[in-house]
This record gives sequence, structure tokens and C-alpha cells, in this order.
Amino acid sequence: MNNLFGHRRRIYQRWAERTFLVAAYFALAVSLVTLAVLITDILMTGASRLSWDFITSFPSRRAGRAGVYSPLVGTFYMIVLTAVISFPVGVGAAIYLEEYAKKNFFTSLIEINIANLAGVPSIIYGLLSLELFVRLLNLGRSLIAGSLTMVLLILPIIILVSREALKTVPRSVREASFALGASRWQTIWHQVLPISLPGILTGTILALSRAIGETAPLIMIGALTYIAFLPDGLSSPFTVLPIQIFNWVSRPQHAFAVNAAAAIIVLLGVLLSMNAFAVWLRNRLQKRVSW
Amino acid sequence: MNKRKSMFLVKISIITTFVLLLLFAAGRPVHAADIIAIDGSSTVYPITEAVAEEFGAVNRSARITVGVSGSGGGFKKFCRGETDISDASRPIKKKEIDLCKKNKVEFIELPIAYDGLAVVVNPANKWAETMTVAELKVLWEPKAQGKITKWNQVRSGWPNKKIKLFGPGVDSGTFDYFTEAIVGKAQASRGDFTSSEDDNVLVLGVAADKYALGFFGLAYYQENRDKLKVVGINNGSATVKPSPKTVENGSYTPLSRPLFIYVRKDSVKRPEVNEFVEFYLKEGPALAREVGYISLPSDIMSVVTQKYRKGVTNSIYSGNPSVGKSLKSLLNNSVALK
Repeated sequence: MNNLFGHRRRIYQRWAERTFLVAAYFALAVSLVTLAVLITDILMTGASRLSWDFITSFPSRRAGRAGVYSPLVGTFYMIVLTAVISFPVGVGAAIYLEEYAKKNFFTSLIEINIANLAGVPSIIYGLLSLELFVRLLNLGRSLIAGSLTMVLLILPIIILVSREALKTVPRSVREASFALGASRWQTIWHQVLPISLPGILTGTILALSRAIGETAPLIMIGALTYIAFLPDGLSSPFTVLPIQIFNWVSRPQHAFAVNAAAAIIVLLGVLLSMNAFAVWLRNRLQKRVSW
Repeated sequence: MNKRKSMFLVKISIITTFVLLLLFAAGRPVHAADIIAIDGSSTVYPITEAVAEEFGAVNRSARITVGVSGSGGGFKKFCRGETDISDASRPIKKKEIDLCKKNKVEFIELPIAYDGLAVVVNPANKWAETMTVAELKVLWEPKAQGKITKWNQVRSGWPNKKIKLFGPGVDSGTFDYFTEAIVGKAQASRGDFTSSEDDNVLVLGVAADKYALGFFGLAYYQENRDKLKVVGINNGSATVKPSPKTVENGSYTPLSRPLFIYVRKDSVKRPEVNEFVEFYLKEGPALAREVGYISLPSDIMSVVTQKYRKGVTNSIYSGNPSVGKSLKSLLNNSVALK
């Protein structure tokens, strides 16, 4: 009897495993095919429109002469500014919460709020920024206001990811460091941070990739669509690629839809090179970890 | 080993900061004053974009920014004094005038082009060649919601099939105008229709469903003639299909509307803003035609130019909708009064 049950269980388990495997393959195939179809569609529509002129021309009413110069440069500035501001603040907050903060009611309140903020729709951040940065702090619809909006948007993600990365550092490393007489600061700066850095960087770049594609909060704070000059200061007006794409997609003439596809390719290019940079940075840092 | 790692990170951040500083130091400082800030309707945007582009070509130092917040969103910023010019696909409303007044923003209202609203159906639709304003009202008024769902409820003899409705976003000036012209009150509409801020979504929706009906700007119909069929509108005296000609000569009523720019009076004192508006009035009609709108006849344009030069403030509609009013006589009155 026992044998019979054991046999049945084995058959059931094998069957379950296969079903699960098929389901997993199916899930993978669905997402890959969807992605492939989208990218092929975009490439087929937009690739012919892509040229150096397209990159270096300002927007225009004539679809054939329009380009993405000002939105591309605007995107670049905004992302660099966002990264420069959000990285130290986010990692700093994560280090405090993970390494210094005492576990009490106050810190758990902060933790819950950060986790919740990571799930807040981006348009809410736009509304907040419109009042706080654009109107109250009187920054206007400037590059710095847009970047700060994005900082707010991705800060919860950076903090969460950095904390997870800090958690992966074994306790033994910290204890060994303390045992050798290192202070808490020395332990964090020389041991904990270098080990967790690849994880932190990956998370930060992923968060920045999200920021690069965001439109809603920027439209909310009143980012612009037509600009025929480049931003030349923190208080300068700016536009970004997603806004230009959104505008072109909603124009009646088909030629603008082609422009939008080409601009999407440019945006994908920016995203891919950012991710490539992240991978390079991570590999470079990872190789050196030895303790 | 770890030290080198940290040093690498420090180096990277120093370089990034340095590059960033360099980039900003290289440019000249911007004063908000020399930027001509424009925002507002997405319908008017293509015209303003074209004018800004041409103006930039002859006037290299001009720094113009154009945003797309919608007519309502544009007025919100305009009446707070945040922009110099506001694009609008409908006249300014009473509460927006009050807001402007509260913030001491005086404005000059300038009609710059006409636009038609096209009511469209699927090309396979062989029955709805024309519709009366009353039939459109039956179909779109608020009490139609959930009740008028089939074509034969609009006119007996039409198919007993479910009608699928498409319309622009409820924040758009287009939606305001259509509801005003058809139902009689802005924003009064049934809510059970597919709405999108992106008119191309509406085009695709109507093109994909034999029993669909939608409305949007004439330019979207003209670019998609092969996918759509336009419905002639019977306004009681004649049945007219929208076209640049019928919109310009005023026979396509009530679904033709003027488009506007609102210029802040204080901003006109700045020479670059004044030059830009003069340029807009001169080149606007040709550029409006080029981007798919209908230009105002030259006699109206000359009154508009007079109105601007005399600095006639306030709205010729005084907060009321523009439906069913003659642009020309209103303009003439306002200029003559000054």
C-alpha cells in the first residue's frame, strides 16, 4: 500500500512539475513575443526616419524637418541632475535606516511610509511638485523643478533597493570589522558600502530608467512641448522625449506618427546605454570585492 | 582593495558633478523675462508651433516656449500671470475671467483661425448619411446615458444594433464646444462613451467598428478620409458636410468654431512679445491653413489686428460660449466701442 501511494505521489509530482514548467515557459514567451512585436513595429515604422538630422534638429511643424534635439538634451540634463540629487540622498537615507536607526515606533512609521510612497501613482508627485516646487518655492517650470519631481518619484525606490542591498551584507563582515577595532563609520564606508554597491547601483539605474520614461508628472508641473533652444541653466525651461513623443502621436498627420516611432527608438537607445553603463559599473565594482 | 573601490566611486561622482557644472556654466544665464511663455489648447498648438518656428527663423534671439495644458489648464496658468500668451479652442469662461481679474491680469482676445468639428462614422455605415442637430442631441444628452444605445432609437429605420460612441477628453475645449452646440450646455453629456485625449485613438476606434460614431476636429477626418465617413449635419435650414469651404463661409453650423490666442496686456509692453503677436497676426492665416485649419477671412483678420493694436481688452463673449454668434459683428462692435 505504501508503495502504491508513493508511486502515485511521484507521478503527481512529475506531472505538477511539468505543468509548472510549461506555464513558466508560456509566461516567458508571452512577454518576449509582446516585446518583440512592439519593438519590430517601432523599428519598421521609425528606423527610416532616423538620421543625424533627426537628432540635431529642433521640433517643427513640418514632420520631415522636425527633430528631437531639445527633448533629447532636456532628457539628458534631467536624468543627470536627478541622479546627482537622488543617489546621495537615497543611499544616505537607506544607510541611516539600516545601520543607525533604532527599531522603534518612529522608524517603523518611516519605513511603512517609504514602502507606500514607492507605490503612489506618479501623477500625485506631479501635483505635489506643482504646488511645492513650481509655486511655493517659485522655481517655475524649470529644469530643476522637473528634476526634483523625478527625485521625489524615485527616492522611495532607491531607498528600498539600497536597504535590500545593505541587508545582503553578512553580519559576520560587520562583526569582523568591529572586532578589528573599526568604528561604525569605518565599517560602513570600507566594508558594507563597497559590498552592497553593485546592488545599490543596479537599483538606482532601474529607478532612473523609470524616471526617463515618465510623462504624467512633468505634464502636471507644466513641462513644455515646443522649445527651439537648449536648457542653459537650472532655471531654464525644458522638454523631454516622452512629452515630444506624446505630442507627435496625437497629431492628425501620419508623418508625425513616424517621427514618434523614431523618437521612441532614440529613447530606447538612451535607456539601453544607461543600462549598459550600469552593468559595466557593476561588473567593475564587483570584481574588486574580496574580503 | 576596498579603498580603491571607494576612491573609484568618489572619482566618478566628482567627474559627474564637474561635467554638470561645466555644462551649465557654458550657457549664458537665462532671465525669465526674455522668454515668451505660451501654453494652452492642444488644438491650437500646431498653429502656435508653426508661428513660433517661423518667428524663430527670422528672429534668431527669440526664445519661445509652447506647452500643451489644454484650454482650461492654459487659462489657469495665464490668469496666475505665469504665461504671456494662452492658446484656447473656446472663449474664456466666466470663472476664468474672474480669476484673471483677481490676479490683475488684463488680456487681449484674438481669434486666429476656424476649426470644424466632424461627426464621423465607419465607412461601412450606409444609413447615417446625415443627422440633424436634434438627433445628435438625443444621442449625446445626459439623459441618453444607458437608454439610447441602439441606432434605431436615434432614427427609426436605422439598424437595431448597438451604437458605440467615441469622443474627446472631457477637459478639452472640443468637448466643451460640442456639448454646448449640440446639447445646449457645456459639459452636459452622457458619460458612457469611449473618451481619449488623443484624437487618433478615436479615429482608430471609429474605423474599427461598423456601428461606431465619434466626433473630433476636422483635421483628423481630413487626414483619415480613407478610414472614416463624415456625416452631414442638418441644422434646420440646410444639410452641410464639413470642409474648409463650408467652415470658412459659415454654412457649417453649429459645429464650426473660432480658435483664439489670449495675450496678456502687460506682456505686450515687451518688444519681443509685441513683435511675436504682430507676426502671428500677419503669418497666422497661411500657417493655420498649412497645419490643417481654416484661416479667418482677411476682412476679419484686419479687424482682429486693429483690435490688437488698439489694445482692446476683455472677451467679446463676456464669459459666454461662442456657439451661434457671428464673430465678425462681435469683433466690429468691440473695436468700434474703443
